Amino acid sequence: MSESSGFVELYKLRVREFVREPAILFWVFGFPILLAVGLGIAFREKPVDSISIAVIDAAGSDELATSLSAVPGFRVRELDHAEALLALRLGKVALVVHPGAELEYRFDETNPEGVLARSRVDDALQRAAGRMDPRAFRETLVTEPGSRYVDFLIPGLLGMNILSGSMYGIGFALVEMRSRKLLKRLAATPMKRSHFLLATIASRMTIVVVEVVLMLTFGWLAFDMVFQGSLITAMGLCILGAASFAGLGLLAAARTRKIEVVSGLINVVMLPMFVVSGVFFSSERFPDAIQPLVRAMPLTALNDALRAVLLEGADLTSQLGRIGILVAWGAISFVVALRLFRWN
Amino acid sequence: MTSAIHVRDLRKTYPGRTPVEAVRGLDLDVESGSCFGLLGPNGAGKTTTIEILEGLLDPTSGDVEVLGMRWDRDATQLRERIGVTLQETKFTDKLSVLETLQMFRAFFPRGVAAQEAIELVGLGEKSTSYVVTLSGGQRQRLAVACALVGEPDLLFLDEPTSGLDPQSRRQLWDVVRSLRSRGKTILLTTHYMDEAEKLCDQIAIVDHGRVIAAGSPAELIRSLGGDHVVEFAFGGEIEAAAELEALKALPSVRSARGEADGFQLTVAEPHIALPAILERSKSRGTTLSRLSTRHASLEDVFVALTGRHLRDE
Repeated sequence: MSESSGFVELYKLRVREFVREPAILFWVFGFPILLAVGLGIAFREKPVDSISIAVIDAAGSDELATSLSAVPGFRVRELDHAEALLALRLGKVALVVHPGAELEYRFDETNPEGVLARSRVDDALQRAAGRMDPRAFRETLVTEPGSRYVDFLIPGLLGMNILSGSMYGIGFALVEMRSRKLLKRLAATPMKRSHFLLATIASRMTIVVVEVVLMLTFGWLAFDMVFQGSLITAMGLCILGAASFAGLGLLAAARTRKIEVVSGLINVVMLPMFVVSGVFFSSERFPDAIQPLVRAMPLTALNDALRAVLLEGADLTSQLGRIGILVAWGAISFVVALRLFRWN
Repeated sequence: MTSAIHVRDLRKTYPGRTPVEAVRGLDLDVESGSCFGLLGPNGAGKTTTIEILEGLLDPTSGDVEVLGMRWDRDATQLRERIGVTLQETKFTDKLSVLETLQMFRAFFPRGVAAQEAIELVGLGEKSTSYVVTLSGGQRQRLAVACALVGEPDLLFLDEPTSGLDPQSRRQLWDVVRSLRSRGKTILLTTHYMDEAEKLCDQIAIVDHGRVIAAGSPAELIRSLGGDHVVEFAFGGEIEAAAELEALKALPSVRSARGEADGFQLTVAEPHIALPAILERSKSRGTTLSRLSTRHASLEDVFVALTGRHLRDE
């Protein structure tokens, strides 16, 4: 048999280990999609017509309520004085209208919805009372593509998933193989050790391609995401990210014997990046003082590059700095891991 | 006969706060085509020795030659010509027996077909089953098949039947015997004396990191001076030390040991020694509360050499 067939068999081993474990399949492919569904629903854009206002029960309130209800964009309730003030205080309504010869608008100036409601209600009531607008106008409504929370979220989840997939798929898997002495058994054969490590990484790359296709297809079908830049470039970035994180996974596994220890190491690497690297919210929220550190994290580099390509249509050359960060993390951790690695 | 394994003054010390001297000057010669057993209690240094021979551990010092080659020079070539089973390797659960063997086969430049190795260890019916469905004995035979698939000249089996039920042990013994009849050189470690006695042409008894006796099972038993063991106890109180001297002097008795509640004699000819023991009992005015005779075993050799039983640990 040729030398490469050892590599092929090891590659098949890793892929089979992956696809034959339903639990692993769920965590890698299903979980991020569920997370996207959950967060996508929770943070969906609220339609503008959901502004609630209250009209205080008094002479003329019925008329007022009826004319306001006819205007799209408001949900109108008639409440007595105390109830209306309570609803306003609790944020259940954005504006309270007190009917009378002189209308009273009661709202919180710091609440944008209140300010918006005041001006819209006033317009509607003034026009109903016969105000003429001296200037003609028309409205053109636009939605900026890529500006929704879910657009922000999907690339972040992709980056997070690539990180955890590489850390678990390589770091955890290798320690598990060491703990059941399979690594030692393999080391006692003429197997080329480089083939083993290359096959481990190659199988991981294969899985990443599937992950990315699934996630982006899901974003496109379920959330009507519009991708501004090249999907090939995005895929390339994901593969580079997975390779870089594979180095980190290998490093975590280089000497570790116990599964519990490697789980801890993986969390130490991943959790801080889940927080600072812009998965669920922008990493720019962190103070300027620590921004250089935040931007030097490999997950930040991957997430920012993915967003630039997918949401802003950036090309590869504009992302060289971030690519450099990924390459550096991958190369350094890989070299150190290979020096430290123990087969038994 | 050429030598498959040649070891001189092998030493291995594991560093640490209290360094452990696992192997302390061990010598070994294994002839090609033989089945050689390293017999000893747990912790005697058997596994450390075999892992050094397999190239998985570096010795602290000493001279090791395997198939005429050395690990520091010829590692790749050596790995192609040996087959190994470790203690407790767990193969991948969701891989079939055939897939596991195909993978191991791919690492070797020559060898037997995966399916043939499966038949050799009697796992033919399990070929397409996942490893997770195999019993302990079947997993151990799978491990042997993985060691065979590269058609090695030399096989290392580390505690091949440890933890198996009696039937699985016998099945594995059959596998080892069929390998020996195919002319393979086999080195196995075991702490079961019956296993060593039944399978091995040559045995080295290992204790505290050294070989304390070596030879064929028959030679080792003969070294006791008698093939038979007589065990008995007197009814009533006796002064053990003085009695021991008297028993040693009886005809055909080669050695005597006091046991917890009686005596154990190594005897050349039971038909001479037994009447003398009965006579001794009568002259003391006591009876024998128990008496048994049996063929001497390697266990007796170990006890005679160390004063301990193999499984005392």
